[in-house]
Order: sequence, then structure tokens, then C-alpha cells
Amino acid sequence: MSTAIPGLAPEVPLALPTPVERALPNGLSVSLVRRPGVPLAEVRLSVPAAHADLAVADMLAAALFSGTEGSTMTQIAQRLQGVGGALGAGADPDRIAVSGNCLSSGLAELLDVLGEILTAADYPAEPLAVEQSRIIDGLSVAEQQPEFQVSRALDARLWGDHPYGHQQPTAAEVGDVDRGAVLALHASRVHPAGARLIIVGDIDPDGAWAAVEKSLSAWNGAGEPRRMEPLPSLKPGPIVLANRPGSVQSAIRVAYPAVARTHPDNAAQHLANLIYGGYFTSRLVMNLRESKGYGYSPRSRVDHSPAGSVQLTSVDVATEVTAPALAEIVAELRGMAENPPDEAELDLARRYALGSVKLATATQSGIAGYTSALAACGLPLSWLAEHSERLRAVTAADIKRVAAERMNPDGAVSVILGDGEHVTGPLADSSEIEVL
Amino acid sequence: MTVATIPAPAFAIETFRLANGLRVVLAPDPGAPVVGVAVVYDVGMRSEPEGRTGFAHLFEHMMFQGSHNVGKAEHMRHVQSAGGTFNGSTHIDYTDYFNLLPSGGLELALFLEADRMRGPAITEENLENQVSVVKEEIRVNVLNRPYGGFPWLKLPPVMFDTFPNAHDGYGSFGDLEAATVDEAQAFFDAFYPASNAVLSVAGDFTVETARDLVERHFGDVPARPAPVHPSFAEPNLDAERRESYVDERATLPAVAMAWRIPDPVTELAEFLPYVVLGELLTDGDASRLVERLVHRDRVATAVAAHATFMAEPFASRGPTALLIQAFLPPGGDVDTVMAGVHEELARVAEGVDEAELGRVKARVAAQLLRSDDSVMGRSRRLATAEVFHGDATMATRFAVLLGEVTAESVARAAAALTPNRRAVIEVVPGGNQ
Repeated sequence: MSTAIPGLAPEVPLALPTPVERALPNGLSVSLVRRPGVPLAEVRLSVPAAHADLAVADMLAAALFSGTEGSTMTQIAQRLQGVGGALGAGADPDRIAVSGNCLSSGLAELLDVLGEILTAADYPAEPLAVEQSRIIDGLSVAEQQPEFQVSRALDARLWGDHPYGHQQPTAAEVGDVDRGAVLALHASRVHPAGARLIIVGDIDPDGAWAAVEKSLSAWNGAGEPRRMEPLPSLKPGPIVLANRPGSVQSAIRVAYPAVARTHPDNAAQHLANLIYGGYFTSRLVMNLRESKGYGYSPRSRVDHSPAGSVQLTSVDVATEVTAPALAEIVAELRGMAENPPDEAELDLARRYALGSVKLATATQSGIAGYTSALAACGLPLSWLAEHSERLRAVTAADIKRVAAERMNPDGAVSVILGDGEHVTGPLADSSEIEVL
Repeated sequence: MTVATIPAPAFAIETFRLANGLRVVLAPDPGAPVVGVAVVYDVGMRSEPEGRTGFAHLFEHMMFQGSHNVGKAEHMRHVQSAGGTFNGSTHIDYTDYFNLLPSGGLELALFLEADRMRGPAITEENLENQVSVVKEEIRVNVLNRPYGGFPWLKLPPVMFDTFPNAHDGYGSFGDLEAATVDEAQAFFDAFYPASNAVLSVAGDFTVETARDLVERHFGDVPARPAPVHPSFAEPNLDAERRESYVDERATLPAVAMAWRIPDPVTELAEFLPYVVLGELLTDGDASRLVERLVHRDRVATAVAAHATFMAEPFASRGPTALLIQAFLPPGGDVDTVMAGVHEELARVAEGVDEAELGRVKARVAAQLLRSDDSVMGRSRRLATAEVFHGDATMATRFAVLLGEVTAESVARAAAALTPNRRAVIEVVPGGNQ
């Protein structure tokens, strides 16, 4: 340690672009963000879809670009490709989302294609059947992936009968979907009321707005919006063990309560999560990876969804160290209140958090993604600047209090996917287990 | 879309070389208050010693274990305390280390990269710990999932005969466990001199400041000779090679085919048509193979084609390949898919419509531009352009060069993908059986 580590140059303040906010008479909210850089435009559309049947919604998303009354799938794909563009769609319990990008010179063309599919997607039988088979085939592969398997078990354990408890339809459910159901879902739910379109890039907002007006004003109908009920509280209980014979690793997931972005404790929660396991310099990574070599990417994150928030530790470890790794996770969680961070540990996490906001908003796709995620929780992009100020004000006492309230392992829900033959015994020595 | 309308990124690029041989690329862009700092070393999996598969990647991990003035795990702590992120990645022909930080952290990142360029702290304890971490990484990415390593680890041993080209670059557990401190030091001595590296900085800074900081921190990194890069050349195939393996976690049959293609560096003009061909075959629902195999014949559920094993056509050397991979519905017949591919290649060989070619080129250009959206991606692309093509500014010209590819050359490329030069690897699903 001979040479002095250079300090940081004076901080350049966060400079968020100011979105131009507009709305079409049909109810579509539009955020337009000029962000020069590369000559591209990023497009995100979110349509509320609470309580839509997920299997039907997945089919709708997969076949959205499969043809309209006037265009074939190939013609649609060619028009997008001609402006360097691509569009894709997906569904989750809250929404049907379309995202894509194109050369900014081709934005009007991409929006025109978007307008056509929103108003006239026809889900022709043959392409729909192809997409149905592809989803089913894809599920058969996904169902072999530990990440997918453990997420499914965790969602069910955490949320039960709430729509978040079943976020991935089964092959059988997808197989039961017919064209009529897809058309009916489009007719009832794919509407501009409550929907938000976000365009970020090397664009002229006035020009982009004119293109939006031209291509999306004809999209209409109020639809039948439904509200998503809030997530239920976590119910602690025995560790759920999902057996995966032959698995060479165990996927350990430990969930514990979190508050929403709008809660006064959110900034402290953000930093507490970082200190515990939310970045490389965290206690969890230093212990499980750099000291013990148990896992490649131990991590903890706070998930903010429209229906509620949760914190989640994820660690994939070699089968033989499953029980000791879980013991370390529990000890580190408990340590957040019993051995709270000092000013130096807190300040390190704070600087990381403040920098992360700058990094995440430094790109067109980052701004598009952040704008979309915040809007889903009813917040504007400028919330990031307010959040940054709140991060600066968090004290070590705040961290200790927040950790004691919500990072207590006694209030957690744990799910482990692994080879039951090898992990059940060691886990049962220290914990109560429920085998799926 | 014609060549003239393909937009080029609008940032300046300055390059220079320090006395110790380090090549430096500076690309200032005040668009956002962040900087990307990348160091690319001209060594990859192909250069690791026989009996030490996975060594280049293991060594990449060792570069994060501390150096002269930086303790274990402190590289990460310093970057993160500046509000930044970091990572490293090991490729077939290069290894890169990259940092993205708020612009106030530029000097810190340069200091950290210079410090480990003088030599990482290679100890028994760190090596043993990182062997464990790498084994977990391999379990996550290869052993514990369906199609792990398909096709990038599975195809080379079918196509190639020599160790550098054919071996598993992630490494066997036996080889990883046998790695020694002395070997790590020897690897550093051979492949990590400043003269074998490119430093690239993109983002919010002035050229004058960055140049001074680079001189200050890297100027006294000792000068050492760059390694001589041996030729990895192997004869082309003159008869088809085909192998298969059972993947116990796979549920769908899959197949990957590959053909040797011109050298991405020394035969760039002849190589570029294959990059365009890959996009023409499988990018989007309008592409030839997606339309034919997925939508019309329904013999594949997904198909993808790309030039070079890790789909990085501008950061690769030869010998390399064009790959076409397909996942089939349950019970699907691989030979039917291969016959369909063969027919479509023959159709492309008969000629390509200019309108279709123009659309494909527009999409290729947009995808290249998108990788410049982040200054981190930009710094990495500039660095690899300097390493492989000896000119960082090539990174901004690839889209235009691809735009100049003619329909005739794409047709010729397709015609060259004949069954007798093909290497094929087939995945037999064992999952759910």
C-alpha cells in the first residue's frame, strides 16, 4: 500500500432529461424524451392487463405481429426491418408490453406499424398455431432451468392465490388457448385508456408527437380495465424444498418484506439492501463468494412491482454446501441489525447508489427502461432526482432500524431447489422443512 | 436503404501509443456524466497451455484479486465507491476488463487498471478461492442447465483438430484444480505486457485531461515485449463431420452446423458477406430461415445464424466459422432441418434481391449503433477494433463496410456453404424421458 489511491474529481450533478408529456384524446399517455447520442429511437408501450388470463396474454404477445387484416407477418417484419427496427411483445400479471427500437429516421414508420397491429391485429390461425407450439416447446426447456423452476415455486409460496402467485402458465394452459380467446382478450384489454407510450432517443419531440398523433389516434375503445389488488403479507413458515434430482447446485431463495418506492423508508431500504447483498462489495458477496467460494453470484435485490414490493436473496451454490450457505445467509441478514454498518460502510453504498442512477440514465435504453418501470408505479422520471437527495440523508441509525424491521430472517420465506436426496438431511438438522 | 443513408456515430476518436507500447484510444462525448474505461488484452482461450483448459478465464478472475497498491476485493470496492460498475470477460481471442463510472471516477479507474497491468497479487489462497468460484460459474452456465455450452463449446471439437481451436475454453474441473501460482505468473509474464494491450476511454472528459492522466498512471508500467501470436491455422474440412451427444436436461432436439469462413481480420472484405448472410438468414420473421423452417415447414421452433463462435465478427481472428443453430419441436428430425437449410442456402446462392439486402443492412447498422448507446459498450468496441484491426476508428465504419457488401458476394458466400465442408453437432434430448 505505497501509492495513494486517487480521489474522485468533483461530482457532476445528475442531469435527467425532461420528458415532454402529452396525451391523445383516446387516453394514451405519451412521454417523449430527446436524448441525443446514437441516431436511434427506443420505444416502450405498456397496456394494463391485470387479471388477464396469462396463457392467453402470452399467446397474444407472441402472435401480435403475425398479421393484420391488411398485412401479412412477413410484410410487417419487412417494414420494421427496413428502418433497422424490431418490435417484440411480452405479458406479465400487470400488463402487456411492446418494446423495440429503430433508426431514429424511421420512427414514423415503426409507429405506423405499431398503430396497425394495435388496431387490426388479426391473429391468423396458422401463425397463431406456430406461436402456440413455440411457447409450449420453450416452456419445456424453461422448465428444466433451475432459475425458472425455483421462481415458480417461490411465486406460489409467496403469493398463493394472488395473480403474482402464478406468473408462468403451464404447457397445458397454453395448449388450451384458442384464437377466439386471443381475439377476445385483444378486444377487451388492448386499448389506449391507461396505456403509456415512451419514446426515447435522438428524436425531435414535436416531430415524434406528430407521428404518434398520425399513427395512434385511431386506436380506440375504453376496454374493461381491472385493478390489481395489493400483494398479501409474507407468511413465514418451514423452508420449502423443491426436489430436483441430480442437480449439481442448489438454488437458494430467501424473501423478506419491503416497502414501496413512495414509503419514507425506501431510501434507507435501498442502502440497507446494497450493504447486505445488493452489490459486489456487500457483506453477502464478500462472505459467500470471495471468502468461502460457495457461489458465483450471490445477490439481494428489492423488487418493486405495481402490486407491492419484496426483497429477495438469490444464491446458487454447490449441492454439498447448501446448508452452510443458508446458515451464512441467515447470519448476514441477522447481522444487519445486530452489527449495523458504520459511516464508512454506509457511505460506500450511498456513493454506489448515487452513481448507479447516473449510469442507468446515461443511455437511451436505460432512460426508456427507467421511465417505464417508474411509470408502472405511478412515478415520473424526475423521482430519481428526489430519491438521490433522500439517499444523501440516510443515517446509520436509519439502516439499523429498517434492517431490524424488515431484514429479520424470522420474518422471511425460504425456498430451495436442489437434489433432495443430498440436501434434505443437512438442512433438516437446523431447520424445519416442507418437501414439495 | 442505400449506403449513403446509413448513419455513423458522431463522436471524435483520438489514438496514441505510450513508450511502453500501450495503445490508447480516447473518444470524448459529453452526452452524459459518465465514462467507460476498458482494457483489452490480446490473449484469449486459444492461447492457454495444453492441459490447462479454462486458464485464460481463471486468470481473468485473478486480475480482480488485488495488485501492488490494491488489496483483495479492493478493485471492486474502489470502483463501486465511485458509483461505478466493473466486469471482465474472456473470449476466444481476447480478454477485456471494463469499468463504467460517473465521470469523476476517471482517474481512479485509470489508476486501478494501471496497477494491475503491473501485476496482480497471485497467491495460493486467492487461486484456490477463485478456482471454486469459477467451478460454480461453470455449474450455473454449463452443467446445471439444458444446452449448456451449446454450440460454442460443443462445436469447436467437431470442427477442429488442434488444441488451441478445439478445446473447452471454460475448462475441465481437473485442469482448473491443477492450476498453480507459478503458471499464473508465467501466463501474466507472457501475455499481459502493456504492449499487448489497448486502453480505451469513452464518455464525458476532455482529451487533454485524459491524455495527461493516462501518461501519469500508465507511463511507468514497464515496457516488455509483446508475445508473438502463433498461427492457429488448420486445414479446411473436405468431408462432413457430424457428432451428437445426449443432454440429460434438454427437452428438444437441437442442431448446430458450421462452415469455415474467411479470416475476419486478414480477409475482411471476403468475410463481411458472411456477416450479412447470417442476418439475412435468421434476423426476424422476414428472414429466410425463420420464414421457411419456423413458419412454413414448422420443423424448427427457433433458428439463429451468426459469424464467429461467440457472435462477435469484429472481435475475432481466424480460423472461425459461420454457425447456424436450430431447436426442433419434440421428436423433430434433424436431417429435415439440415435439408431445409441446404435448400435455402441454394436459393440465396441463386441471387439476392436488392430491396431485401437493403433492409438487412439497415437492421445490421441499427444493431451496431445500439452497441454504442452505452459508453461502456463503445469503449469496448473501440478497443477491440484497435486490437484486431489495428485501427479503433474501424469500429465506426463497420456499418458502412457492411453496407457496401454486394448481393453477388452474399450469393457467393451462401454457395460456399456446402455439405462436404460442414461440421455438425446434434443434441439428443434426455430430459423428461
